[in-house]
Amino acid sequence: MAAHLKKRVYEEFSRVVQIPQEEAPAKKLRLSKPSKSAALHIDLCKATNSTDALQYLLHFARKPVEVESVEGVVRILLEHYYKETDNSVRLKIASLLGLLSKTQGFSPDCIVDDAINTLNNEKSHQVLAQLLDTLLVIGTQLPESPTVRQRLIEMACKHLSDTYFGVRNKCLKLLGCLGMADTPLTKDNDGPGASLGGVRDIQSIISDFFGDQDPRVRTAAIKAMVGHRRHLVFLCVCVCVQACRLLSDDYEQVRSAAVQMVWVLSQLYPESIVPIPSSNEEIRLVDDAFGKISHMVSDGSWMVRVQAAKTLGSMLQVSHHFLEQTLDKKLMSDLRRKRTAHERAKELFTSGEFSSGRKWADDAPKEKLDTNTVNLIASGACGAFVHGLEDEMFEVRIAAVEALSQLARSSASFAEKCLDFLVDMFNDEIEEVRLQSIHVLREISTHITLREDQLDTVLAVLEDSSRDIREALHELICYTNVSTKECIQLALLELLKNLNKYPTDRNSVWKCLKFLGSRHPTLVLPLVPELLSTHPYFDTPEPDMDDPAYIAVLVLVFNAAKSCPTMPALFSDHTFRHYAYLRDSLSHLVPPLRLPGNGLDLVDSRCGSGSVESAQLFLQQSLNRVSTIQNLEAPGAQDLLNFTIRDLQRLGELQTELAGAADFCATYLRCQLLLMKALQEKLWNMAVPLCLKQNVTATAAAQQILEETYKLEFLYSGLESRQVATIHHVRLQAKALQLILTARTRQGLDPLISSCEKFLQDIESFQRLFVAELPHLQDSFVDKLLELMPRLSSCKPVEMVKILLATLRLSGLLQLRLPEQIHRATATIIEPTGESDNPLRFTTGLVVALDIDATLEHVQDPQNTVKVQVLYPDGQSHVIHPKPSDFRKPGPDRHRLITQVYLSHTAWTEPSQIEVRLLLAYSSSSTSLSSSSASKLGWSDSIDSLPPPEAAVEGTIPFSKPVKVYIMPKPARR
Amino acid sequence: MPEIKVTPLGAGQDVGRSCILVSIGGKNIMLDCGMHMGYNDDRRFPDFSYITQNGRLTEFLDCVIISHFHLDHCGALPFMSEMVGYDGPIYMTHPTKAICPILLEDFRKITVDKKGETNFFTSQMIKDCMKKVVPLNLHQTVQVDDELEIKAYYAGHVLGAAMVQIKVGSESVVYTGDYNMTPDRHLGAAWIDKCRPDILISESTYATTIRDSKRCRERDFLKKVHESIERGGKVLIPVFALGRAQELCILLETFWERMNLKAPIYFSTGLTEKANHYYKLFITWTNQKIRKTFVQRNMFEFKHIKAFDRSYADNPGPMVVFATPGMLHAGQSLQIFKKWAGNEKNMVIMPGYCVQGTIGHKILNGQRKLEMEGRSTLDVKLQVEYMSFSAHADAKGIMQLIRMAEPRNMLLVHGEAVKMEFLKGKIEQEFSIDCHMPANGETATVTTNPSVPVDISLNLLKREMALGGPLPDPKKPRTMHGTLIMKENSLKLVSSEQALKELGLNEHQLRFTCRVQLQDPHSDPDTLNRIYTHLKSVLKGYTIQHLPDGTVMVESIVIKVSSSAEDTSTKVLLLSWSYQVKHFYFYNVISSNTRAVKRLILIAINRQISIVNHD
Repeated sequence: MAAHLKKRVYEEFSRVVQIPQEEAPAKKLRLSKPSKSAALHIDLCKATNSTDALQYLLHFARKPVEVESVEGVVRILLEHYYKETDNSVRLKIASLLGLLSKTQGFSPDCIVDDAINTLNNEKSHQVLAQLLDTLLVIGTQLPESPTVRQRLIEMACKHLSDTYFGVRNKCLKLLGCLGMADTPLTKDNDGPGASLGGVRDIQSIISDFFGDQDPRVRTAAIKAMVGHRRHLVFLCVCVCVQACRLLSDDYEQVRSAAVQMVWVLSQLYPESIVPIPSSNEEIRLVDDAFGKISHMVSDGSWMVRVQAAKTLGSMLQVSHHFLEQTLDKKLMSDLRRKRTAHERAKELFTSGEFSSGRKWADDAPKEKLDTNTVNLIASGACGAFVHGLEDEMFEVRIAAVEALSQLARSSASFAEKCLDFLVDMFNDEIEEVRLQSIHVLREISTHITLREDQLDTVLAVLEDSSRDIREALHELICYTNVSTKECIQLALLELLKNLNKYPTDRNSVWKCLKFLGSRHPTLVLPLVPELLSTHPYFDTPEPDMDDPAYIAVLVLVFNAAKSCPTMPALFSDHTFRHYAYLRDSLSHLVPPLRLPGNGLDLVDSRCGSGSVESAQLFLQQSLNRVSTIQNLEAPGAQDLLNFTIRDLQRLGELQTELAGAADFCATYLRCQLLLMKALQEKLWNMAVPLCLKQNVTATAAAQQILEETYKLEFLYSGLESRQVATIHHVRLQAKALQLILTARTRQGLDPLISSCEKFLQDIESFQRLFVAELPHLQDSFVDKLLELMPRLSSCKPVEMVKILLATLRLSGLLQLRLPEQIHRATATIIEPTGESDNPLRFTTGLVVALDIDATLEHVQDPQNTVKVQVLYPDGQSHVIHPKPSDFRKPGPDRHRLITQVYLSHTAWTEPSQIEVRLLLAYSSSSTSLSSSSASKLGWSDSIDSLPPPEAAVEGTIPFSKPVKVYIMPKPARR
Repeated sequence: MPEIKVTPLGAGQDVGRSCILVSIGGKNIMLDCGMHMGYNDDRRFPDFSYITQNGRLTEFLDCVIISHFHLDHCGALPFMSEMVGYDGPIYMTHPTKAICPILLEDFRKITVDKKGETNFFTSQMIKDCMKKVVPLNLHQTVQVDDELEIKAYYAGHVLGAAMVQIKVGSESVVYTGDYNMTPDRHLGAAWIDKCRPDILISESTYATTIRDSKRCRERDFLKKVHESIERGGKVLIPVFALGRAQELCILLETFWERMNLKAPIYFSTGLTEKANHYYKLFITWTNQKIRKTFVQRNMFEFKHIKAFDRSYADNPGPMVVFATPGMLHAGQSLQIFKKWAGNEKNMVIMPGYCVQGTIGHKILNGQRKLEMEGRSTLDVKLQVEYMSFSAHADAKGIMQLIRMAEPRNMLLVHGEAVKMEFLKGKIEQEFSIDCHMPANGETATVTTNPSVPVDISLNLLKREMALGGPLPDPKKPRTMHGTLIMKENSLKLVSSEQALKELGLNEHQLRFTCRVQLQDPHSDPDTLNRIYTHLKSVLKGYTIQHLPDGTVMVESIVIKVSSSAEDTSTKVLLLSWSYQVKHFYFYNVISSNTRAVKRLILIAINRQISIVNHD
């Protein structure tokens, strides 16, 4: 056998050696790569001892191997494998074989035989395990070949009786991954004798190992079964019973895997009926499984608890009765039945008496319990979540909260029941858990109406010092339903308290009241006189309009009034005036109202829902109109552009949905307009020496167009490559303009030549980047230039400038096509407000921290792009990079930046204002190349082979209104 | 059969004075050595004369284990070790070792200095006693001597509380001390692995109670305090210095932090400050949250809680004060109570149980007029609240622990007899294991069935494995051949050859023979030859040899032919086989090859020559 193998190896080897020779004539850059196998061979032959060989192999593993040379490499490796006596080297070779078989485009069927061959001759258990792993890789690479699969399964079955756990593990894994239901189903003749001769079905083979002595093998068996289950379609009750037995295994990994298996079973056959042991009742399998997994929530190992809690959340088919048991906990004190605090609270609430203060015997136990009926060991699902929510590890608590939320979303009555428990979680010691439970409550809040006592507990959290918690709670209140007008009053009171304690929450609180009002108009109605402190007989003083608390009350009332037409009758005169004021200043919070004798509603009704389409139509029409301009010198074109830009700007202001698109178009058209103006300057007709001074406007225009194009490219999200091409086209035009201008002003050829070359490079890179878009750019500037390309690259700079000028003047306006959604990145600085008159004093040379709170919309990857700029009065400016953790994501396309910037300066005599603004940083290399560079090749680390990035243009775009902050650095006192 | 004996000297069907004697595998261990709070006479300490009338305890006890620092678990320790006399090792966890002497010293001061008792242990005795202490770490197996080993598990309850596993050979006992299965603000939940002890000795303080979730309690407590503070009232919380006091401190401290409250919280000083120091040190014994965050900030470094001074009680404005003792019967808490009782804005929160006769008990029962010493009366106008913050496992918790440990027997201590009875019934019903509840001085005996470990030589094991079919099934017993050698207190299973060698004995061959008569006219060698050729054709796959000395060997079976003297046609066939063959025939364990061979031979002979055989 050995001699045969040797011979075979040499045959194979001789074939391999010739590969580099054959390919040698093909002179390519990658010539060295195919000789890889030869190099490896030489390396391995050089290796005197196993350590060296291992080193070579490790080194080799770091480099990628091309598809065409994989087979050669495999042969070499196999040859060394047969020769090698050291286990570790063989192990490494085996793992390399697996790795190589994964190579894209390589079909490993040619090495199946060899791999199986090696397997048969291998003595070391570790290497055997690794080889089986390799086989698994090969098997998964060849999913379509039943013969290979059959052979691999046979191999696995053969090695199942190995004494080393690792080998058994891998065999089971192989069986689990590759075994199909259709392969060896000899179920019919599965008599006692069938197991000896014929093949048994894989399922029973695997399940034999549920009782293995090694827990790792048991785990592998369960996992294999779970994997295997995906192919199987028939139920085997014995597996179910075995799974349940494994739930009480001594080892946590086994229990954890068993939980998963029980879950899989319950998902596959939810409706099967299983008998309850020790009684003759029967229940659904999913209920049974639910009960069993619930039991695992009080397991000894927290990993299992986490898994059990998570799993419970996905068992939505469970019947109602079982679901509600999870929240059940019978209390007992000295053998007397006791009510839970939740029950007591509910009772107090229903009896009309509320919060009388606890007496000593208030929770005194009531009726005496029969000792036989008390069930101390929770059977089935009893109290699973009660345990889970009280668990020691916060991971378990979070998992339980999440599971509650999933279950509650599918069952309204369960949502009602779990409310108390979720509210209790608001008091957890870990903020993450509190936050999570608030979020969960918000998600299920469509199902529930909060009772007064529950609301009370919820609102108590409003005083939390963590901003995240408060804001999450505001969100929650936005979606909450309450039952009585007292609840509204309570909520308002607490929110005002919150506003008083944390004035920075102003916007969030107002928003919250807006929703509260519009959700409960009828509950607000009876409160209106009290809220607005109106009196039937007396005039009350007019409240201060700048008081945030008063605004909060008005927001609540106005939003309620929207769907309650009787309410405005209760308003006093000044309320109407305040309405008009707020409707203007805080239009996003105050809805349009139909007020008696007020024409306001007519104006506002224009913003109906239908108007979005009409605005869209208008936008499209404007663009079409512009597209009629044939070339940049057409008469009247400038006027048309001017008007269109104005229209678009106004449209953007009116219709917020289209603001992004309208702005984008307007900016684009402005670029075109600038270009047009620059080209119509008289200077073009003058002789070069005469116009040295006059081309200032043209230069400025070129510069501005360049800047605008960067804005267009990086400030708007939702652009497709078509638009990007258009933007780059404009940029190219601007660059051409710049080139022409330099040619006219500067004397001397050298700088001109270099800038000409640079321009040519620009054209090339444009062509490379937007090959797909070129057909759409018919008749444009670039199109024409590309036609002239051979001439351009050979001619002299002066001639080239002339050509450029001519093409530029003749090229038409490129029509802009709008993508579905364009959004402009915007930022609003909420804090500092810039209204303070008190300067921020600090000692010179030391730093002062300035809190910045801003919302960012439609910014992609804000962690890397958003910067804070501080401008000092003396013109100094600092750019500060906020930490990634300072960004939060409250919603889609929305970010929130809460950070501190440190200021410092030398002494001033007077307090003065600094400006703070947000910048959007960009780098021209980031967009176009990101797609290719982001995806790295498989297991390669050769970055050096990538082309060097082009000279990237980096810059920043200010995208928020600057805020002025009054500061005063004082000289240090000695 | 070996037995484990458990005798409670205290805490048998009772709470307080925990002291349990365990004899296991010839070792005697004392678990806890506590005092009784309710007595001031000799009944205060366990009756050590039960162990020995005179003489030191050292000869009778192998070790003493203290589960935690509460006085009803460690109060009698200096008395036992110094006054009765014990010099052996005392085991306790590190935090217990640190805090225990503080409490003992305090206890001594009150008894000797305040009550004026004599014949009590001195400060020096406490110090001497603590020198005998060997500290334990969690999950660390400590060898007390060659056979006895102990291991501590986390128990919750108070800082440093531990459950202990005591193991001698394969017999083991787990003693829980006091434990808590629900985590709280500063401690985690008790945990034990599936150690399957022979006896689990568990406390059963709350044997008949199933408690509400701790969150409701906490929320209620915080709400009460918060409301009172917002009203501008003062809140008094009488506590005992260690244990629950820290829990409440953490609770209030985090709440103050979260809610950004400014009202001051005071803690009346004394031994608490020293103890708090240890709480800061033993972070590893606390719960997940404190362990995780202590790098940023140690939770026991209270930001809002400051030391209390007597003059602060008259300060205007809201405040919260923790004061000792917990039942309002004397000391600072009573003084403050008297000052604040008149204002209905104020509040007192009793976080624990109050003994009858104390002011705490009276006000909890709604008494609004209190008679003070000197015939003065005190109108109680302030609000009185009761909050239970107990750190014992409830009935469900106890059951949960049993499920975790899977003991073979249960033994309940540290609880009232009636309540134990209920739990006992439940345990026996649910787990179908025996449950004992001995009273003080009573002995509970449990017979164990320990497994005897035997060394087996690797070669023998491998040989047996090679003979067997697939992998051994761990669920089924399997027979194998070997010789058991008992030598110098150790058991060894070796192959018979090795046993012979070791014992210096010769091997005796035992052979069975059987004579078969048959009629055959041929000569002896011919007959043999015929038998040989026939066997050769019939028994394929077996080695059959025709030896030159006129025998045929089939495997190890020898066949000889001899003709009788009188009739040459009557041949006597001699079959001989060794003992092993017979042996295998009987037990049919490993292979039945030889037996098959023999049968085949007989059958073959029968058929060929048609002669009766009598095997």
